[in-house]
Amino acid sequence: MLDVRLYMAQRISALVMAPLVIGHIAVMIYAVQGGLTTAEILGRTQGSILWFLFYGLFVLAVSVHAAIGIRVIAGEWLKLRGFPLTVFSYAVFFLLLSLGLRAVMAVTWS
Amino acid sequence: MSAATDSKSMEVSVWRGDADGGEYRDYTVPAYDNQTVLDVVSWIQQQQDATLTYRFACRVGMCGSCAMTVNGKPRWTCRTHVNKVTRGEKLTIAPLRNLPVIKDLATDMDEFFEKWVKAKGVHEPSTGRHDPMVPVDPASKNRITASEGIECINCAVCYSACDTVAANPDYLGPAALQRAWTLVNDEKNKDANTVLDAVSQSGGCHSCHSHGSCTQYCPVGLNPMKAVAGLKRATAFKFWRKRG
Repeated sequence: MLDVRLYMAQRISALVMAPLVIGHIAVMIYAVQGGLTTAEILGRTQGSILWFLFYGLFVLAVSVHAAIGIRVIAGEWLKLRGFPLTVFSYAVFFLLLSLGLRAVMAVTWS
Repeated sequence: MSAATDSKSMEVSVWRGDADGGEYRDYTVPAYDNQTVLDVVSWIQQQQDATLTYRFACRVGMCGSCAMTVNGKPRWTCRTHVNKVTRGEKLTIAPLRNLPVIKDLATDMDEFFEKWVKAKGVHEPSTGRHDPMVPVDPASKNRITASEGIECINCAVCYSACDTVAANPDYLGPAALQRAWTLVNDEKNKDANTVLDAVSQSGGCHSCHSHGSCTQYCPVGLNPMKAVAGLKRATAFKFWRKRG
């Protein structure tokens, strides 16, 4: 179910996520402290390459990390194996990636 | 066995069946102060039902052939005292989990040993018989690590206890992986990289969820979970080295 490549991909994506999660939580706390409005938040994020890269990388790492985790669950609990398991894993990856990137685009694209 | 308690008896449920299924059958056996689960099984086979099938050899915890599921837990039955596991409850004996049943309490160990071979658990000597002997320092870090897992008796208790094996039949299991880790650290084994490659495939050490049942139930007190962690670490380093 997991070979060394998938194992490393999941560990590396976790490593990438760790500081981004902290950054994300810090941003959330900061945003609600002063009572920023939606327009004020979008005013800061739209057109910002920095925020696009921050959340773009976050979404990518989450998609890789979660797809591998769900792959193991699908293998062990739904008994998926071989090609169907590979298709399922990629489907989860692309679903998370497309949903996440859509959200990132919505808040960072001007 | 104490003669003073010969008049006492106890109820035992023993799983009877084969690969197609089976059921628990109850037996009444003499209760002694000191008797092992294997003693009970042997008594039933010798005194009540000669068709009961089970496996044992040494009776002293060395051969690893008598493991069974006792009151829901995998144990070596020759070294398991009845009083210590039942604590007043009824004794229930079943074949090991995670292995196909041949008949009654005897399981088919083929896949267990095939996985040892698949994990490259076979010793490949680094030198021939005509080469000078390579000195091994017993205090070296590698030798100490190798020695930690060397006393495995192949009883399959860890394999039976492992929930990952139960969920993923391709998983090599704690015993085979511990053997692989022993060979990785054995200076007299030819090629550690071959072993690391073998355990890096799907179903290898990376499938382990570190539940720790292997270590909890190992009758000889080994720590296969630590060995699997060692393999994960070594294969991760090798992953980077390959790309470096």
